[in-house]
Amino acid sequence: MSEAAVEVRGMTKTFNAGRPGSVDALVDIDLTIRPGEFVSLIGPSGCGKSTQLRLIANLLEPTTGEVLVNGKSARQARLDQDYGMAFQQAGLFEWRNVAKNVELPLELKGWDKQRRRRRALEMLELVKLPEFADHLPWQLSGGMQQRVAIARALAAHPPLLLMDEPFGALDEMTREHMQSELLRVCGETETTVVFVTHSIPEAVFLSTRVVVMSPRPGRITTVVPVDLGARRGVDTREDPAFFIKVTEVREALRGMPVTDLDEPVREP
Amino acid sequence: MFVLALVSVAALWELYKLIGPQDGGKLFGLTILPRANDIAMPHVWEMLSRYARPERRGASGSILLVVLGGAWFSLRLAFTGFVLGTLTGIGLAVLMARYRVVERGLLPYLVISQTVPLIALAPLVVSWGGKLHIGGFEWPRWLSAAVLGAFLAFFPVAVGTLKGLTSAPGPASLELMDSYAASWRHTLFKLRFPAAVPFMIPALKLAATASVIGVVVAEISTGLAGGVGRLIIEYAREATSDPAKVFTAVFAAAALGLVMAGLVALIDLAAMRNRPPRELLG
Amino acid sequence: MRAVSVGGRRAGRWYGALWPPVAFGAGSIVLWELAVKVFDFQPYFLPPPSAIWQQFKENPQLIWHATKVSGLNALIGLLAGAVLGIAVAFLLARFRLLNDLVTPLAVALNAVPIFVLVAVFNNMFSITSEVPRRLMVTLVVGFIVLVNVARGLREVAPTQLELMRSYAATEFAILRKARVPNAVPYLFTALKIAAPAAVITAFVSEYFGGSQNGLGSRIVASIAISKNATAWAYVLGACLLGLTFYLITVGLERAASPGGVAARRRDGA
Repeated sequence: MSEAAVEVRGMTKTFNAGRPGSVDALVDIDLTIRPGEFVSLIGPSGCGKSTQLRLIANLLEPTTGEVLVNGKSARQARLDQDYGMAFQQAGLFEWRNVAKNVELPLELKGWDKQRRRRRALEMLELVKLPEFADHLPWQLSGGMQQRVAIARALAAHPPLLLMDEPFGALDEMTREHMQSELLRVCGETETTVVFVTHSIPEAVFLSTRVVVMSPRPGRITTVVPVDLGARRGVDTREDPAFFIKVTEVREALRGMPVTDLDEPVREP
Repeated sequence: MFVLALVSVAALWELYKLIGPQDGGKLFGLTILPRANDIAMPHVWEMLSRYARPERRGASGSILLVVLGGAWFSLRLAFTGFVLGTLTGIGLAVLMARYRVVERGLLPYLVISQTVPLIALAPLVVSWGGKLHIGGFEWPRWLSAAVLGAFLAFFPVAVGTLKGLTSAPGPASLELMDSYAASWRHTLFKLRFPAAVPFMIPALKLAATASVIGVVVAEISTGLAGGVGRLIIEYAREATSDPAKVFTAVFAAAALGLVMAGLVALIDLAAMRNRPPRELLG
Repeated sequence: MRAVSVGGRRAGRWYGALWPPVAFGAGSIVLWELAVKVFDFQPYFLPPPSAIWQQFKENPQLIWHATKVSGLNALIGLLAGAVLGIAVAFLLARFRLLNDLVTPLAVALNAVPIFVLVAVFNNMFSITSEVPRRLMVTLVVGFIVLVNVARGLREVAPTQLELMRSYAATEFAILRKARVPNAVPYLFTALKIAAPAAVITAFVSEYFGGSQNGLGSRIVASIAISKNATAWAYVLGACLLGLTFYLITVGLERAASPGGVAARRRDGA
C-alpha cells in the first residue's frame, strides 16, 4: 500500500490562540510516515513531541494545517479506532483483571464475550503473559503492566500504534528488554509506530527514522534515517553503527534548527 | 480488646457510684457532678438483668423482645432512608459530573448543608404525617422518619460520589477513553464509577450513621410510635420507678447503629475485594 | 467532551463562578414562593418564604433568646470537648495500652447515635439543669477531636521520627517538636466537623425533655400550636447558628496557619 499511514501537513498548534498567555507549541510541522515504519519523536522537554502525538491521535485539534491518518481525517480515524495508544503510566484499571483490561477496547467496539476473551488471550500470548490473564494489575511489576498496556493497545489490531514514553517509568534493564519485545511484537503484527521518547539510544534502537525536534516553538529540525536492519537484538546495541547513529542524533539535538522540508522517504 | 474496653467503662461507672456524691455535687463551684444514687445511676448488673424481666408488670415476654422490636422497626426505616438517600445522592452526583453548570450551582449548597443542622427540620417533616395528602396517598408518619434519614444520608453520598466520579479517574485514563472515542455513558460505567468506589465507601459510612440519626431524631422529636426512639422517651419518664429500663432501649439504639455500620462494612468488603490492598495505595 | 482541556477554558473572572449558585438559590426561592401560591400548599406543609421571613422579622427577640440558649450549650460543649479530646489524645499517645483500649471503643461509638444518652443524663442531674445537654455535646465533640488529634500525634512521617531519634531526642521532645505540630491540622479538621456537630447535638438534646428554652424545643412547641411559619423561622435561626460556628472555626484555622498548613487536606473521622 503506497498510502501514507500518517500525514501531517503545514501544521501548527497554538494554545490559547489570540489571548494573553498564548503558547506556540508546534510550528510548521510536515511529516509523512509510511506503513510499517517505526518513527521516533525526540527532543528537549517542552518541544511539543507529546503534543504532536496527541494531534495525530485527535486528542487535540491543530490550529492550522491538517493531520491525516490512514487517508482519513484524524477525527475519523479516532472514531474508526484506527490506532492504539500507550502512555508512560500503563494506566490499567485496577478493578479489572489483566484479561479484562486487554478486552476494554473490544468491549467498546461491541464484541461479544467469547470473541473478546479469545482475542485478549491471543494478545497476552503475544506479549508473553498468558498465565497472568486472571491476575490483578497490582500483582504485576511495572514492566509487565506495560506489556499488558501494549497488548491492550494492539487488541483490536489497529494499523497504527502511538506511544508516549511508555518505558519512561521503568528501570534501565527492564527498559532494554521491553524495547526488544516491542520490536518483536510490532514486527509480528506489522504495525506502524510513532514513538515519543527522551532517550537517544532508545530512539535509535527502535526506529527506522528518528525525528529530531527543536525546543519551543517545536519544529522538526532533522530527520535521521536509521538503517540498522530489520532484525535488531542485543548485539545491535554493541554495533559500532549503532553508536555512530546515536552520535548523529545527539549532534542533531545540539545543533540549531534547520528544517529540511523535502526529506526523502527511505524504504524501511 | 473491645470487650475489655466495655468492661472498663462499666468499671468506671461503678467506681463513680462508689465514690460520687449521692445527690450530685459541685466541682470548682459548678454543679456538674451527677447524682450517684441507685435511682439516677443504676448498677450495671441491674441494667443487664433488666432485659430478662417484662416491660410492664403483668405483661408477658421479656422486655428484650419489646426493645428488639422497636429497634427492628427503626432499622427498617433507617435502611429505607439509607437506600433512598444513597440512590438520590448518586443520581445527583452523576448529573453534576455530566453538567458542570449543575455542579457549580448546587455543590456549594451541598457542602454548606453539611455544616448546617438540617435536623432542625425533623419535627416539621414528621408533622406532615396524617395531614398531607397527595392524590389519594396519605402521608404516613413513619415515612417522615425514613425521608429524614434519606435527607441526611443524601448529602455525604452526593459530595463523595461526585468527588469520586470527577477526580478518581486520572487524566490519563480519561484520555484513554477519549482515544477509544467512547461515549460519556460508556466512560461513566466503565471508568468513572469503578474508579469512584473507594470514595463512595467512606461516604456510605457517613450516610449509614446519618440515616440512623435522622430516623431516631424523627422518632424522639415527635414520639413516633413503634421505634426505639419512642421507647427511650417513654422509659425515661419512668426513671424514678424503674431506673434500669431506659438503658435497655439505649443499648438497643446502639445496636441499631452498629448493624447499619456492619452493613456498610459488608458492602466495603464486597466492593473492594479486587482492589490493591490499602497499604499499596499512594 | 474532551478529556484534555486545551487551554480552551476561559480564565473567567471570579463572578463567573458565582452566578450559578446564586442563580440557583434565588431561583429556588422564587419557585418555592410561586409553588405555594399556585398549588395552594397548606401552611403546615410548606409555608411560603415570604411568611417565614415575616416571622423571622417579627420575633427577633424570641429567636435570638432561643439561639443564645442552644448556642451557649453548643459552645460550652465544644470548648470542653475540645480540651478533653486533646488531653485524652495526649494520654493515648503516651500509653499504648490505653490506646488499644480506647480506639475500638471510639470506632464503635462513631456509628452509634450516642445522643440518646441524654435521656440517661437527664436523670443524673436536676430537671432544670442545662448540664445534660452540655455534657452530651462535650462527649460528641470530645470523640471527634480525640480521634483526629490522636491520629495526628501518631501519624508523623517515619523519616521525621528517624531524624529526631538520630538526635537522641527524648520522647517528650519528640512530642513537642514533631508530633504536636503535625497534629495541628488534624485538630482543625476535627473542629470543622465538631462545630456543626455541637450545634446539632445541642439541638437534638432538647427533644428529650428538660428545660424548654432552646431552639429545638421552640420548634416543636411552635408546631404543636400550628404556627409552622414560626417553626421554620426558628429553623432558619438554627441554620444560621450552625453556619456561624462553622465559619468561626474556619476563621480560626486560617488565623492559626495562613495558607500553608491549612491548605493540607486530611480526612476527618
